[in-house]
Amino acid sequence: MISLELPESVEKNRQGMYNLAKDLFRPIARKYDAAEHAYPKELDIMRPPPKKADAEKKPEAPKAEKKKVKKKKSKGPRYDNLQGVVNIEELCWGDLGLMLTIPGAGLGNAAIAAVGTPEQQEKFGSKWAAMAITEPEAGSDSASVKATAVLDNDEWVLNGEKIFVTAAERSDIVVVWASIDPSAGKAGIKSFIVEKGTPGFKLEHLEHKLGIRASDTGTFVLKDCRIPKENLLGNPEIKKDKGFAGVMQTFDNTRPTVAAMSLGVARAALEFTREKLEEKGLVLNYDKNPNKGTALEKEYYMMEANLEAMRLLIWQAASLADAGIRNSLQASMCKAKAGKAATIITQKCCELLGPLGFSQKHLLEKWMRDVKITDIFEGTGQIQHLIVARQLMKLSSKELK
Amino acid sequence: MSKEQKMIKKEFAKLVKDLVTENAGEMEDKQEIPLDSVQKAWELGASVSMVSEDLGGFGMDDSPITTAIILEELAYGDMAFAIATTLPSLLISPIVSMGTEEQKNKYLPLFCAESYPACTLAINEPHFDFDVMDLQTTAKKKNSAYVLSGAKCFVPRVEDATHIMVAATLEGKGNLFMVDKGTPGLNIGEREKNLGLYALDTFEISLENCEVPAENRLGGNMGCDFSSFVTKARIGMSAIGTGISRASFEFAMNYAKERVQFGEPIVHKQSVAFMIAEMAYEVDAMRLMTWQAASRLEAGKDAFREAFLAKLYVGEQTMRVTDFGVQLLGGHGYIREYPVERFYRNGRGISIIEGMATV
Repeated sequence: MISLELPESVEKNRQGMYNLAKDLFRPIARKYDAAEHAYPKELDIMRPPPKKADAEKKPEAPKAEKKKVKKKKSKGPRYDNLQGVVNIEELCWGDLGLMLTIPGAGLGNAAIAAVGTPEQQEKFGSKWAAMAITEPEAGSDSASVKATAVLDNDEWVLNGEKIFVTAAERSDIVVVWASIDPSAGKAGIKSFIVEKGTPGFKLEHLEHKLGIRASDTGTFVLKDCRIPKENLLGNPEIKKDKGFAGVMQTFDNTRPTVAAMSLGVARAALEFTREKLEEKGLVLNYDKNPNKGTALEKEYYMMEANLEAMRLLIWQAASLADAGIRNSLQASMCKAKAGKAATIITQKCCELLGPLGFSQKHLLEKWMRDVKITDIFEGTGQIQHLIVARQLMKLSSKELK
Repeated sequence: MSKEQKMIKKEFAKLVKDLVTENAGEMEDKQEIPLDSVQKAWELGASVSMVSEDLGGFGMDDSPITTAIILEELAYGDMAFAIATTLPSLLISPIVSMGTEEQKNKYLPLFCAESYPACTLAINEPHFDFDVMDLQTTAKKKNSAYVLSGAKCFVPRVEDATHIMVAATLEGKGNLFMVDKGTPGLNIGEREKNLGLYALDTFEISLENCEVPAENRLGGNMGCDFSSFVTKARIGMSAIGTGISRASFEFAMNYAKERVQFGEPIVHKQSVAFMIAEMAYEVDAMRLMTWQAASRLEAGKDAFREAFLAKLYVGEQTMRVTDFGVQLLGGHGYIREYPVERFYRNGRGISIIEGMATV
């Protein structure tokens, strides 16, 4: 059931993604790292056509694709999730920052595709949707969201502050998390579609970041921001546990995707390192006992082994999802492993290549900066470890904080 | 896992539970593995399954993944037990895949007997820069014979062995030779005392101009594909490391759930929970690395690189995971009453020892 090697169809699409990463992303990777906040217009060719059509040609939005394929009920085994992580690995091998800012492929789009009503999908499906969850006081603890939404006649009135919103400036709409009943805790948290230009909805500023500078990240302030009642995403009822769990379940699916981002960047760093080491005459052909070679060779091999380990854990989580088996544990395991391993691999590559690893002449230093975000966003590495431990030992979040 | 693989896994898990888990400590103290336990494992027939029926086997397809599953289960009980019970397959597997017809007819019926056969493999060498791909034991052609010279260590159960398969370098390449008991020049040294695997009797042997007939060279005049032998052996060792690590992980996790300090189970502490989470995903990673290499073999592809990386990875991570196991039990982890110190000692062997298990 677990794909230890890629099925032919997945491999074929991977090749296409690789070419896109190589020809479109790589050549402009440095340009938009230097010009932070400048819009990468080269990516406009990836913008989906205004009317929603042909979802299969949007490989960067695996979520949207999934929904549609499901309805077809194809006979053979399904590889949507596997294809998704494979595509992400390739694109992030090209550039993580650019991958995160592919027009129309925001996290909000995934949410709308997953839980939106047919009307919402029709109206907002082809718009670029960002997702606003994090607040100054609610990071990993997304249940403590303080933004509020109050129903006033036929409109929701939103108040609060949202930080670290990816594609803040470039998106057309933003899916905002807010509580409709702060006394209900998690169960009161809902998400709302807010269109740009709505009065009371203001992009406060854009962040300057360690890495992924090609992707714009911003802060929104919502002040008595009124949106139509029907812009509440999904079910308006407050159900104990259900509502929040539903939202969090989105993350079971996106964790392997983020892990695949770690993988793509780490692979880029390792391939570059290998190329440079081989230029200097180092032979890396697995022909010698690793304990007999130099320390450098062993470090290289160990990084390559770690890269394989990450990839297999990611494929495991994705394959389970494709088989319709709950993969919450494996999804967190692969993200915990990948975030940590990729951070260490990119650091180590910089170390091994010395001045080449420190110079902006090469992309390696950028990869070290870029990849760090994958151990932070959508649940830090620490949170992933907690989730894994809780699930293994059947502990509640109260017992294991 | 297929239905059949699940069944096989269950069968071996039961054997381990019945014969090994409770007794491994005593086996270590007595420094021996009871022959009747080994015989019971042997009777499950995994080692001979791929040998054709007329030569004493079951004529089944060779499945490296299934073998990896079996090795993991056995090592989950005890690494010494896993090595001892699968020792004959270290000879059977290369003979089946690379032996000449004469060699198959001569040796396989012997090694596929109903009772556990006494045979062993000599591959490791007693020097710090030992490299299985660059052996210092040599073979030289002399008329219609080969002359073997060199020293070997970590040769299990050699005292009883009627046949020893010896790995040596011939004209710059690895080769395997069958050496019969009592061949002049073959000297069996003292039983070794090792960091781990107390229950397994291993020996140093030396080969001083030890002459074997030319037909004892595996694969005949053409020799054998030594790197494919090394590949299979590395996957085997990786499966064993996965088993030890899983044993340490599960024992430590269950202990940490029960162990109360400061008024609550220690797993309620993040620092403990993080270690357990890491052990969990590393065990999965080890298994997946092992299976990936095995599945390439199963598909008829080369897996030298994958096996190399799997063994490297499993070797390193086994040390980390079994270290965590000891650490989580604290003082109790250091005491031989609990099994985690044994997993820790044995786990050190994965990256050092070559060729003591195969798929």
